[in-house]
Amino acid sequence: MKNTAWGSVAIVLAVILGAGPILAQSTAETPKASTPATALALAAHMSDPVKRATADHSKFEILKQDFKSGPEVTAACLSCHTEASNQVMHSIHWKWEYENPKTTQVLGKSKVLNSFCGNVASNETRCTSCHAGYGWTDVRAPMPDQPDRVDCLVCHDKSGQYTKQDNLSGNPPLEPVAAKAKTITGADAWAVNLAKAALSVGPPPGRENCGSCHFYGGGGDNVKHGDLSSALIDPTPHVDVHMSKDGANFTCASCHVSDKHIFTGSRLNTNVTDPHADRKPGEARDVATCSSCHSDQPHSKVSVVGRKLNDHTDRVACQTCHIPDFAKGGVATKTLWDWSTAGQLKDGKPYSEEDFTQSNGKQLHTYLSTKGNFAWGENVVPHYEWFDGTVRYTLPGETIDPSKTVTINSVEGSATDPKSRIFPFKLMEGRQAYDSKLNTLAYNHVYGPETDTALWTNFDWSKSIKAGMEYAGQPYSGEFGFVDTYMYWPITHMVAPSNEALKCESCHAVDGRMANLAGIYLPGSGPGIGGKLGLVLFLMTALGVGGHGMLRLIRGRKHGGADHG
Amino acid sequence: MAERFVKVYTRFNRIWHWSQVASIFLLLFTGARMMGMHQIGPFGLAVTVHTLVALALLLLWAFATFWLFTTEAWKQFIPTQNGLRQVIRFYVWGVFRGEPHPYRKQYQRRHNPLQLLSYLALKLVLFPAIWMTGLAYLTYGFWGHLDTSAVWLTVIANLHTIAAFAIASFVVVHVYLLTIGHGFREHVRPMITGFEKVDVSPEAEAYFAAEKPERLKV
Repeated sequence: MKNTAWGSVAIVLAVILGAGPILAQSTAETPKASTPATALALAAHMSDPVKRATADHSKFEILKQDFKSGPEVTAACLSCHTEASNQVMHSIHWKWEYENPKTTQVLGKSKVLNSFCGNVASNETRCTSCHAGYGWTDVRAPMPDQPDRVDCLVCHDKSGQYTKQDNLSGNPPLEPVAAKAKTITGADAWAVNLAKAALSVGPPPGRENCGSCHFYGGGGDNVKHGDLSSALIDPTPHVDVHMSKDGANFTCASCHVSDKHIFTGSRLNTNVTDPHADRKPGEARDVATCSSCHSDQPHSKVSVVGRKLNDHTDRVACQTCHIPDFAKGGVATKTLWDWSTAGQLKDGKPYSEEDFTQSNGKQLHTYLSTKGNFAWGENVVPHYEWFDGTVRYTLPGETIDPSKTVTINSVEGSATDPKSRIFPFKLMEGRQAYDSKLNTLAYNHVYGPETDTALWTNFDWSKSIKAGMEYAGQPYSGEFGFVDTYMYWPITHMVAPSNEALKCESCHAVDGRMANLAGIYLPGSGPGIGGKLGLVLFLMTALGVGGHGMLRLIRGRKHGGADHG
Repeated sequence: MAERFVKVYTRFNRIWHWSQVASIFLLLFTGARMMGMHQIGPFGLAVTVHTLVALALLLLWAFATFWLFTTEAWKQFIPTQNGLRQVIRFYVWGVFRGEPHPYRKQYQRRHNPLQLLSYLALKLVLFPAIWMTGLAYLTYGFWGHLDTSAVWLTVIANLHTIAAFAIASFVVVHVYLLTIGHGFREHVRPMITGFEKVDVSPEAEAYFAAEKPERLKV
């Protein structure tokens, strides 16, 4: 009893002593509670220019603080936007978890393995640098229900100087910035001014906001998607006719409309057709597909070719013809990643090779001791598959067949399914670690400057995989190998102007772009059964006529050339 | 019976014939382009030409059918076995021995029985096959939503192709047969001028002289 009581006193004392300075500080800096009168002083008058937004965040006293951390800013946001964090915390941006209703697979960054850096688990501080929250250091457990840990600024900053450091679990680089620190875009980190960022909030999220994470997935510009790169910040119409200033000047959110902070468009469960086809183009809808605006009969109805093209839309996705190639605008994408060669050292030191020259002259890594071999591609011709929008992953623990190329994610669909379309993909080739006894894909622990197991610091695969598997709670035999993998990335951005769309003969030709697809009649890809039979008939007729004629000639000579009759 | 130069092919008849020649040639050429048998011209242009020419030809066929039935021209196509055997025998035997063609062309019967059967088959089987499959193909937009449309499209397209090759084969034989008998030029000329030497009875000659002098070349 006595001990418990003294214990309680100690805790209370500790709390008071510990929290004292913070309490004192916050009373000193929290702006005066706004009364209706003080608030009215901020209101614009008729003499002021009329603004689009109904709130000017640069006027809010609560944002004029010397913020010491991201969560402090979020707390200020929440004082007005009381429901915002809760909305975000229900989104995939926060959860990194998504249950696919079609396959019931539980997907999302915190659950799947991919053919880039592999897995988030055990590499958190690096990977969660792009999480829409602060301080997710262990993805084995969901992010806690703490509203102030939502990162409002990464999406809503308009000052252009807010960023996240690449190894602080989503936190921004603040004074003092560590030496050699990098931002999530790979730039040298700077100290972010949180107040400046908070006061800049207002206009809808721009392409810089979304792009700061989505353009740099996989560890660099355009590495992962192929159709999402910094080239979309200011693209020419050739690169992206929708996002170009000389085109429709769209931002990401023009198509990826949101409701309660949840955005449409998903490569885990893709809309290859418009589920609201009954609604007219331009009508409000909560889904982003091409036909949401363009309808499924977008070509000229008065030209023969236009009408024929409209006949294609029930089998061919718009993207197939209108994104003839991706990784445009001078930013290459990674097309192959061979992890099996990682860990090689020269004179005991890691080294790199740069054998790919990007069209802007930049040399890109083709070997890194930390990551293995890469191949890159610019203006890449997509790979085409039937796709009904369903993506099925090979999840951790699932048995694989290492004698074949393992599909990290396979796409479903077929020629006989009216809901399937021929769709373009970036086909990522990989060679990844797996448990060669249990035949399961392996987790690898790559990032951890302070651990003695991380691959990127210790260059020892056996330690890296063992640590990764243990961390993820996966059974591991202790034996590993490397297996060839494919990963499918739907291509839907970088739509070209209409005059650059594929021509008929891009597909309607022998060995055209659809050569790997079965189940559809494709004129021009070689004579079918009808063509072959017809050709035989024609040749037999020609032979018969030729034979008849020859015989007439021969006989005619014999009969003095008279076949007159 | 005397041989006279009679206008066997009326103007509409000749326009009909040469329009078919031109359109069938264009259709075969553009169809072959779409099939990938040659690469001359863009695929899209081939589609456009093929479609428009086919629609024009269908319209012409509609007029021709109307014309056949409103004039007496349809009677030309009533099949007969009379003399068929002799004509077949001529093509497989007699032609090699310098025998004369057994058929004597008449004003009311300008085709020999074998020719007649071929044309009838063309009109009743091949042409309907090509335009029915062609129209079905062209109107894919109306039935493409069916679950089995991919299979149907394959079937229709293949039938269309076979029919097309059959028509091409007809053209080859048709042109070849012009070389038999009086010779190619002699056989083509009537389809240009309209006049051909046929057997005319004295009664018919009298009728032409009295009622249709323009049909008789003296």
